[in-house]
Amino acid sequence: MIDGQVRLKQELIRFQSIIALLLMVVAMSFLSDNFLTTANGWNILRQISVNLCLSIGMTLVILTGGIDLSVGAVLAISGAFAAGLLKNGIAFSEADLLIQFSVSGAILAGLLMGLFLGWFNGLMITRFRIPPFVATLGMFSIARGLTMLWTKGFPITGLGETFAIIGTGNYLGIPMPVWISAALVTVFVVVTRKTRFGRYVYALGGSERASLLSGLNVDRIKVAVYTICGGLSAVGGLIVTSRLDSAQPNAGLGYELDSIAAVVIGGTSLSGGRGSILGTLLGCLIIGVLNNGLILLDVSPFWQQVVKGLVILTAVAIDKMSKKLQ
Amino acid sequence: MSTVDTPRTILEAQAVSKSFPGVQALDNVDFRIYEGQLNALVGENGAGKSTLMNILSGVFPPDSGRILLRGNEVVFNRPKEAQEAGISVIFQELNLLPNLSVAENIFLGREPLTRLGLIDYAQMEERSRSLLERLKCPVNPRSLVSNLRIGQQQIVEIAKALSFDSKVIIMDEPTSAISESETSVLFDLIDSLKREGVAIVYITHKLEELERIGDWLTVLRDGCRVGSGRQTNYDRDSIVKMMIGRKMNQDLSAESKHRIITGEGLFKAENISVEQVNRPGHYLVENVSLSVDRGEVLGIFGLVGAGRTALLETLFGLRNESSRGDTFLEGRRVNINSPGEAIRAGIAFAPEDRKEEGLILKMTVAENTSLASLKKSERFFLLDSSLERDQVQGFIDRLRIRTPSLSTPVLNLSGGNQQKVILAKWLATSPKLLMLDEPTRGIDVGAKQEIYSLIEELTRAGLAVLLASSELPEIMRLSDRIIVMAEGRKTAEFSREDADTESIMKAALHFQAAV
Repeated sequence: MIDGQVRLKQELIRFQSIIALLLMVVAMSFLSDNFLTTANGWNILRQISVNLCLSIGMTLVILTGGIDLSVGAVLAISGAFAAGLLKNGIAFSEADLLIQFSVSGAILAGLLMGLFLGWFNGLMITRFRIPPFVATLGMFSIARGLTMLWTKGFPITGLGETFAIIGTGNYLGIPMPVWISAALVTVFVVVTRKTRFGRYVYALGGSERASLLSGLNVDRIKVAVYTICGGLSAVGGLIVTSRLDSAQPNAGLGYELDSIAAVVIGGTSLSGGRGSILGTLLGCLIIGVLNNGLILLDVSPFWQQVVKGLVILTAVAIDKMSKKLQ
Repeated sequence: MSTVDTPRTILEAQAVSKSFPGVQALDNVDFRIYEGQLNALVGENGAGKSTLMNILSGVFPPDSGRILLRGNEVVFNRPKEAQEAGISVIFQELNLLPNLSVAENIFLGREPLTRLGLIDYAQMEERSRSLLERLKCPVNPRSLVSNLRIGQQQIVEIAKALSFDSKVIIMDEPTSAISESETSVLFDLIDSLKREGVAIVYITHKLEELERIGDWLTVLRDGCRVGSGRQTNYDRDSIVKMMIGRKMNQDLSAESKHRIITGEGLFKAENISVEQVNRPGHYLVENVSLSVDRGEVLGIFGLVGAGRTALLETLFGLRNESSRGDTFLEGRRVNINSPGEAIRAGIAFAPEDRKEEGLILKMTVAENTSLASLKKSERFFLLDSSLERDQVQGFIDRLRIRTPSLSTPVLNLSGGNQQKVILAKWLATSPKLLMLDEPTRGIDVGAKQEIYSLIEELTRAGLAVLLASSELPEIMRLSDRIIVMAEGRKTAEFSREDADTESIMKAALHFQAAV
């Protein structure tokens, strides 16, 4: 009898995120007529797509036992970099030379910017042994500053229709950002579960010393993880910029906290070695449904923040309890 | 009242016993501590010295037996109670907070306060200064502990002990990490403490030190007291004999081994030296050379701190910055700069600390087993889980690992089975040389025997094994040849035929005479 109860509890805890999500969906459908509609469903998925990009990278980083505070700032500079190149190109006044960028060239440049800044994070963490918290805090400031310098503090707008497809286009009736984030989820589910690299990420988070002694190139894995995280932040930056048809100097402010929240709610352990991309997907959905629902219910945005905080605390508290039960 | 012949007993353990799951750590042990004397406690690793020290200092109570302080029975429930009764311990790993000052460390947790309830630094520093003066240690009470040398930190620990008005100071291997000159300073200090009537309990492996400073000697072996009396009644030979007993000599020629010997060494290391990271010019390992053949077990014996682990880690490609020397595999010079390179060259290393270094406890049995050879489970860049399970299952069967399933967290396995998972992980890399560091530490007797027969089986199949251990019976049981290390140097080498426990132990204690 008691055994059965314990097992029930364990099952409940195992599917805590799914259960929480379902409860929220059921509650919202009763509270608002506009919630359970197809249009609103796509809406939510589109709204979470940027956070999902960041959170996939963040999941990898946190799985290794690290953290990346620079994702929001890297998102901003990558988006602004692409937008600036697309709009103005690069001018070398002495040589009387202007290099124009095509849409794909600008997108590539934005992605490279994100990858480079992520790689730089990895280099600081591995070569100079700077703790990830500090290294990425430094990058946060650097990337924010660079964004201001690059945009001179003004939005870069008027990026053209082709570029707008990334954020506003549809394919088979599904918004492009949803396609992009769904593709990334699929790729990284496979990477984490089915590749050596994915296995090594978990191993590294489980025990860095044991990983090293098992012959893993610990530094190279870390650099790869932060580089990927930077690249995915750039993808988020391109989506945001394209959707607004404008690179805002303050884009992505506070996004690092949303993505850490999604990862944690999704059951990934901040000490590393335990968690999953699908968990993070659930975490993003929970935050998305919460934001969407509270807006539909006309709840003040200030209360939304309070509620989000409570959800994070509850999720982590349940996670700790579940560890005790196991 | 007290005469020269019979000093007064200050602290005494009577018929103390203590057992832990699977081990009788102390069995009916009597230990007397005399006032103003140096009371030495010696024994092999695992003889029960630490357990006795922990009982006397209140870390845990004995299962049976009594502790008498000046003839009255006392019960210590916590270290603090023992400390307040005047018994202090100076652990080998010093217990100071490096980021605080000397004075703050001495008075940690009982800082003198001013009338306003703030810390009275003036008084604290004044009292620290007078304690340090008494110990003839010219250290500023305000300096940070992290800026002091180890020897000075030790004196700060002694000052802290004195600030409790300690009558008994227990020192665990106090000279293991300090230089020769710091050692003489410490010995002078011990002499003056003795004159003040402080009783010193001195735990050591270095028998020659006891000839300089010892008064009374107690020898433990396997949790029993095997000898006790005035230091002058014993010479080194008789102490060594007591420490090892006669128990293992019959193990020697117990079974002849069938080996495939090619005659030419599989692996050779020449003049390996490892410098201490924070103390240039001091060596963890100094000019050690060794060779091992296919199908051969080379035992590396040494007591704690002899440099066994540092040697193996260096051969495995760790400690590159601080080490030098040449290594040869199958006659060719190899340069190994990382564990990855070592593994590719055919070298495997099962470290001493299973839980922190050998395994990833959050992962399953299968994931741990395949970790070092994951490429073999890969097909078109993706892991093939059925391929992985087949590979892993093969090793699970071969090593007879008892686990409910392949996806059981490795955390849930017993120590012996965890060790076998580590062996499985390494066998999966098809190594030529397997290095084992304390392979049976903390493993119960039955599992130990299984690990031993596995090692024998593997060597019969042609694997070369380097076995580092501080357990002499283990070394004697498995090794074809034995090298002995002490203080980072190789002090002796024996073939299986000439090895006897007494000369090995003497070499490990680093006597010049006998070997």
